[in-house]
Amino acid sequence: MSILVDERTSLVVQGITGNEGTFHTLRNRAYGTKVVAGVTPGKGGQDVEGIPVFDTVARAVAETGANTSMIFVPPRFAAEAILEAADAGVGLVVCITEGIPVRDMATVHSALTRRGTTLVGPNCPGVISPGAANVGIIPGEICAPGRVGLVSRSGTLVYQIVHELTQRGIGQSTCVGMGGDPVHGIGFVEALERFQADASTELVVLTGEIGGDDEERAAAFIADNVTKPVVGYLAGFEAPPGRRMGHAGAIVTGSSGTAAAKAEALEAVGVAVGRNPMQVAELVAERLG
Amino acid sequence: MDLYEHMGKDLFRAHGIATPRGLVAFSATDAAEATRELGGRSVVKIQVQVGGRGKGGGVELCDTPEAAAAAAERMLGSDFKGFPVTRVLVEELLPIAQEFYTSVLLDRSSGEDLALMTAEGGVDIEELARTRPEVLRRVRIDPLLGMRPFHVRELVGTLPVAAWEGAGAVLRAMYQLLVERDATLVEINPLVLLEDDRVVALDAKVTIDDNALWRHPDLEELGSQFPIDEVEARAKEKDLQYVKLDGNVGIIGNGAGLVMSTLDVVAQAGARAANFLDVGGGASADQMATSLEVVLSDPAVKSVLVNIFGGITRCDVVAQGVLEALDRVEARVPIVVRLDGTNAEDGRRILAEASHPRIVPAANMLEAAEEAADLAAKSS
Repeated sequence: MSILVDERTSLVVQGITGNEGTFHTLRNRAYGTKVVAGVTPGKGGQDVEGIPVFDTVARAVAETGANTSMIFVPPRFAAEAILEAADAGVGLVVCITEGIPVRDMATVHSALTRRGTTLVGPNCPGVISPGAANVGIIPGEICAPGRVGLVSRSGTLVYQIVHELTQRGIGQSTCVGMGGDPVHGIGFVEALERFQADASTELVVLTGEIGGDDEERAAAFIADNVTKPVVGYLAGFEAPPGRRMGHAGAIVTGSSGTAAAKAEALEAVGVAVGRNPMQVAELVAERLG
Repeated sequence: MDLYEHMGKDLFRAHGIATPRGLVAFSATDAAEATRELGGRSVVKIQVQVGGRGKGGGVELCDTPEAAAAAAERMLGSDFKGFPVTRVLVEELLPIAQEFYTSVLLDRSSGEDLALMTAEGGVDIEELARTRPEVLRRVRIDPLLGMRPFHVRELVGTLPVAAWEGAGAVLRAMYQLLVERDATLVEINPLVLLEDDRVVALDAKVTIDDNALWRHPDLEELGSQFPIDEVEARAKEKDLQYVKLDGNVGIIGNGAGLVMSTLDVVAQAGARAANFLDVGGGASADQMATSLEVVLSDPAVKSVLVNIFGGITRCDVVAQGVLEALDRVEARVPIVVRLDGTNAEDGRRILAEASHPRIVPAANMLEAAEEAADLAAKSS
């Protein structure tokens, strides 16, 4: 068991013929993900190492029955790609692309609420359910199947913390990189909701960073809805206000969105917050006993 | 990208929002001349990418050209909240009947647009929202529907009736600007009703989405007018995500979250980071080399910590980049390197085989941070 992706995932990759698209598609397939199709406009009829390429997502879905899409399309066309996937009836869209204009994402956000399509990302590393399916760029070899669910705004912090957990012999049910953009698909709340309902997940690790109020909303949700233990981590205590720290969404505005305020909000509802990624793994180990 | 007030007002006028007549001045002489042109009196305002100018002495009413020259003299070349003042805006004085506040923004929390308006002008809006939310009109706008007449009627409701038509036109223009120019915030504080019932924007705060600048070459060009740190300028040229900080441990990492975490861990080890630098996903050897060049060009840097966890970025490429950089630039300080993730073993082997005297390999992130902090302390 897991959330979002598993053995039933049937993947179409938008932007499969680009360098990164091909590289990670083949890694995902090597991991065991069922990759059934690719889409690159104008390249329909070709194939990538045996994976058939179509001109549109609608064609790919009609021919292969794909239920999940992964997007490696450049930022100027990525919002369009998400809308195309949703329109073709794909239930889960994982968008890796970084740099999409936030106005485009606002349009996507509004359109998706009418479609019932779940979006992960953009500007994210994807989702992996260790041993079952990997959709994205998380290195599968650092993960192990197990009972810890993980959700993170940062990609490389997912890797860092998963790595610490795996080295201690603690496996993961699903790791979700929700992405670092200000307007995004599923957030902490939606991931927590799914992990709470997932019988195979015993504990959830939540990795946040400066900017916005995703962590504060997660804290409110945990107080009312989550009975499983939650361990947290926050990055950006040293970030100066008003400066964008890499991620489009990682910025302290005035006095709001600081790491300290987020840590406080999470601790107030009983979340154990680690000071560094290594300590997070220790806290998880203690709680799993 | 936060625009200067005068740039925001240029956009306002292009969208049909009235502003006072004004001129940008780069010297005291310019300011005096501008004041003469405006009829002998003016308001002189520093142009910086930060708020709080009114309370901070950044705005001065001047009754003569000489007073304007003196104000400009005092302001130009000074620092305002750490931002160097290179120009002032000199504007005409207008007969004000009443001041209001208004803004439109893309609300990251809901993914929808948000518009605010209140008859209380020149206020701290966050403070007002906390203490007297009932006087603040606030509407959510579905980006697919846009701003509708009913939104406008709701928003102008606390203003005097004489201002409704003018303020409504301003709101529609602000929203159009927000959408068409990829702004994430358009704020007017204060928006004023003049004695002749005209509605005019006395201030302008406009933030443009950096990710959308490719759609607006004219706005992208404005970016070159903002004074930035020399090292930051070099990083920007190379498309690196770099932020100058005030410590002495140079930081290079991949992924914004991991780099932020690295800054925190270095602080916990008793040192301070000299910078934030994210080489990004899929970092090439050349990007890595350029990153090292940029970080080493900061004279404050006493040690460097390269912290890479490979996803898209492959550690063998990173290792090659580190070595390539050391061919191009003199490593005047030790470089602690920690590699993990995709192709990490290849990366470590490449570094081991090169056995460069300045490279200090570290087994994990905490060890790497402690090592980099120690080395920085020893050499300073």
